[in-house]
Formats: sequence, structure tokens, C-alpha cells
Amino acid sequence: MASGSSSIGIGGLFENAEVTTSGRPVLRRNEVECFLLSSVDIDSEDDPPRFTALRSGNLILTTHRLIWIPSQSNGAVPSSVPLAAVTHIYSHKKSIKSMFHSPRIRFQANPGSIVVTIVFRGKGDFDEFLTKLWECWRGRAWEEEEKSESETSRSGSGTVAQGLYGNDGTVRMVGLAGILRKEQEQWESTDKSLQDAFQDLNALMSKAKEMVSLAEKMRQKLLSAPSSQNGSTDDEEMGSKEEMQQWMLSVGIISPVTKESAGALYHQELSRQLADFVRIPLEQAGGMISLTDMYYHFNRARGTELISPDDLWQACTLWEKFDVPVMLRKFDSGVMVIQNKSHSDEEVMSRIRMLVTKTETLKVGVTASDAALTLKIAPAMAKEHLLTAETKGLLCRDMSPDGLRFYFNLFPEIDPTNIHIVNDFGTYGEWIKATCLMSV
Amino acid sequence: MQRLADFKLPQFFNYPPYFTLQPVRDTREKQIQLWKELILDYCKSQKIFLIGVEEDFPLFSNSAIDRSLSHEARETFLSAIVGEGRAEWLDKGHRKCLVLWHRIQDWADIILQFVRDNGLEDSVMTVEEIRSGTESLGTELQEIDRTILMRALKLLENKGKLALFKGTSADDEGVKFSV
Repeated sequence: MASGSSSIGIGGLFENAEVTTSGRPVLRRNEVECFLLSSVDIDSEDDPPRFTALRSGNLILTTHRLIWIPSQSNGAVPSSVPLAAVTHIYSHKKSIKSMFHSPRIRFQANPGSIVVTIVFRGKGDFDEFLTKLWECWRGRAWEEEEKSESETSRSGSGTVAQGLYGNDGTVRMVGLAGILRKEQEQWESTDKSLQDAFQDLNALMSKAKEMVSLAEKMRQKLLSAPSSQNGSTDDEEMGSKEEMQQWMLSVGIISPVTKESAGALYHQELSRQLADFVRIPLEQAGGMISLTDMYYHFNRARGTELISPDDLWQACTLWEKFDVPVMLRKFDSGVMVIQNKSHSDEEVMSRIRMLVTKTETLKVGVTASDAALTLKIAPAMAKEHLLTAETKGLLCRDMSPDGLRFYFNLFPEIDPTNIHIVNDFGTYGEWIKATCLMSV
Repeated sequence: MQRLADFKLPQFFNYPPYFTLQPVRDTREKQIQLWKELILDYCKSQKIFLIGVEEDFPLFSNSAIDRSLSHEARETFLSAIVGEGRAEWLDKGHRKCLVLWHRIQDWADIILQFVRDNGLEDSVMTVEEIRSGTESLGTELQEIDRTILMRALKLLENKGKLALFKGTSADDEGVKFSV
């Protein structure tokens, strides 16, 4: 027991603790700091003392050791006690005596069943320390260490890991670097699991493709099935058929033609796809549908990869070059519509003629909204039809504070050279009868 | 059918589109024709020689169907009559229209006939007497518009059928026939 010696006493209970040049302890592999207290003495309770007391140092609790580092360079050497050596921690009894003294912990350690007292002379959370000490001691982190160390020693590399890198070259989870490293590894694993998930998503998409091709088949069936105009089929059937059509409409597009997939032929392919697509909405709208309505329907069916209004318009103008049964038509007012080539103005004219020659409408005429209701088309379309009928001479207009109305055109039937004559067989006569009836 | 005074209106006078100027060319032409005939017929029957575009000319509105012609429509129809030589605008602003349900030439013929019927071949009359004298009673010349009468007389003067001369005042304008 050399006095002033820098080493410890008996039996190697205390080991020299390695410190860095800035006085920080060098931790071993997997060792993590848990607590730090200052102004700590470590005494031996035995008489005679079994080791040289360590005075006034910082005590660091780790998962593996208790490390004591002198706060002043008084010749003392940084030392540590492995927690593995601790056999018993005495319970801390609070007594009146202890209130006046600095708190202390006593534990027994091997070799030699030495009783060690730690005296805490500084400020610090002593109770917290004690809790942590118990945790670390009970945690027995060194036992896993021993297992892996025995393995590595068998393989011949028994050196204890020091510094930032572990034995096998992997970076140790130490301090701030350790935290960052952990984050990084977490991101990488998340990324991998996302990739796996996308594999699943692709699988899901291919299932969706099957679903949509099924929808396409059904749509074809619906198109080829004759649609009855006289409403003689029972309501249920018609209702479900309409439902089907609506649903078809929304899943009608399988793989949207995109600028990538079709490249330079984009507009051509889009034009063809559009020509196929418009058939159902056209039928539902009575043979004529405005460009804006079609824009809505088409993009809704596509879902993603929406097309711009300009693309839609270009696609329609290309129809002239192909042999498709639909056409783009521009009215004088500027309104643009898509209509079936087979759909002729004659058909609409005859429907309008029927409407305006009824007794009631002979007398009061029709507004655009009246026509829309009767002909079952959108009011804007109805107005276009009425204007076309006017241009063709079927109708003439009546403008008043009540608004714009259209009448069957009687002017051709009236003889200007004899303005009082009424042709018995003409609509003029019908009109006169109608007005007489109403005004009674 | 309705009447305006003792004039029987045609059925189509109650047809609302009749009162809206039609935009379609063919329909409009038909409409113009009907208005021309109606206006001329009416003016002839009521001996109306002057129409004020902004005035309450009875034909221009129909209270039974609550419709009336817009200013543009009125001007259009009257201009059409002017274009055919059956009316004349009296001002550049097209506010007053002289209706010639008889053309000036027709009036001239009527005057000549009047002269023959009454044995006035070499007589002298005042202009006023032609339109309000006893001879004119019950004839078309009764209450003829002065402007029109003067125009017809001038026409006949150019043809050498009469000579116009001024009297002591404007009312004394006279005519010497040499039919």
C-alpha cells in the first residue's frame, strides 16, 4: 500500500479508466452513459481501509460501470468499478442523522467483498442516481457483452472496442453521432419497407386493371344492346341499366392515353379514344352535347392524367381526318358542340315543329326552357336549336318585356296582296282557332 | 276581328311576332310586306297622309296582346314604303313620313278626272277650292293633304295641263286648267 500511489488497493476491484484528452471517459462497446454527479468521494468503510479513498471527483454511472474521474489533477487516477462486480447494494435508510450528512450509497463488491461508500457532497439528484444505479445494475448489460465477447475471442479478435467504431467496423451508437446514426438507419429501413409496399401497390394496380377490363366488357355489352324508346320495359330494368351506364361512364377508361405513352401521336390517339368515349354521353344527351360538358365527362372518367380544354378541342378537330361517326360543330353564337354525324338537324326540327304546332304553343309560343323540358336537352342546347329553327324559317321570334319566345312562323302563309284572306288548310287557320279558343 | 275606327284589322295583327322586327332575312321581308300593305290600307281608309314615327300611330301598338313596335321597327317599315315610292320622309331625321297611298302620278290622274267630271277644262280655281270646294265633296280629293296636292299640280303644270299662279296671299293660289 504505497502512499501517494496512483493505483488502487487490493485485488483489482478498481480498474484504471481510460479518458480522452479532454477528460471524457472512453466508453466501451454498447456502454451508454446514464448519470453524472460531481463532488463525489469514494471511501472504504473497512478499518483498516481496503483501498485508497478517492476524493472529490465526478462520478459517472454507465450501463456497465461506475467511473470516477478526479476533478483536479491531484495525482489521482481515473478509476472505475464494473457493475458486474457489485454483489449487493445496501438500501438507503433515511434517518435524522442522514439528514445532516451528505447522502451516501454503500455497496459490496467482489473480489473480496469490499464495502464501498460513495459520498455525494455536491448538488445533484441523488435519488435519481440511486434509481438509475439500481436499473443499470439490474439491467446487466455486460452479460450480453460477455456472450458476444466470448464469441469474438474465440474467433481471435478479443480486443475491446474503443472509439467510434466497433470491432466489426460498424459505427457504434455513441452520443450524438450515435443518435444521428440511429436516425439514418431508421430512414433506410423505412425506405426499404416503402419499396416493398410499392411492390404490393403494383400488384393492386394490376388487379384494378382486371376490374376495369371487366367494366369495359360490360360497357360493350350495354352499347350493343338495343335501347328502347317507348319505355315498355319494366322500370327496374331501365333503372339498373341506367345505373350501370353511369358506372360505366366513370370507369370507362382503362389506360388513359398520355403524352408519354403516345408521344408524337398524342393528339391522334386521344382523338380516337375520345371518339369511342363520347358515344354513351351523346346518347344520353339526345345526340348533341356541348364541348364543356364533354370536357367534364371525359376528365371525370380519366380520373388522373386529365386533359386540358385545348387538347380536347384539338382532339375533336382531328375527327375530320378519321372516319369516326362523330363531329364537332360550331354555332354562330360561338357555342361548340359534339354531335353524331347521323344526328341530323331534320330530326330535331321535326321535334320542334311538333312542339310549336300544338294548340297551346301556337298561341303562346315557346321559350328556351320550355323547349329544354319538352325535348329533354340542356337549356343552352335548346336555345341553339330554336335559333337554328328560326334561321331555317320554321320559327319566328317575339321579343317583349317578358323575354324571348318563339312561334311557329306564320308569315309565309299570309298573302300580302290580300291580307284578310285566311287559307283554310294552313297552320294560320289553326292559330286563329287556337287564339279564339283561349280568349273566350 | 278588331277594328280601329271603321277599319277592319287583319287576323295577324294579334300575332305577337308581328310586332318584333324579325332577324332572319326571308322572314323579315315577309313581315315588311305585311306591314306595308297594312299601313297603306289603313291610311287610305282613314285618309291619313302623315305619320309621326314617335307619335301614337294606332297601328304601331296592340293593347290586346300587349305589344308595340320598337322605334327601329317603325323606321324600318316606313323606310320600306318610302323605298317603293309610296311614302316620303319629310325630314332628314326620319321623324315625319308623308304617306302616298296614291302616288303623286295617281293624284294627278285623279285631278284630271275631277276636272273632266266637273267640266272645268278651261276654268280657274283656287287650290283650296280643289280640296274643299263643293265639287270635291265625296271625292278622294276632299281634304287631300296640301303638300301632296301641290306636288300633283306641279306635275300637271310640267305637263302643260294647267298653270299655277299666285294670288294676293298664300291662300289665294290659283290654277288655270287647260286640259
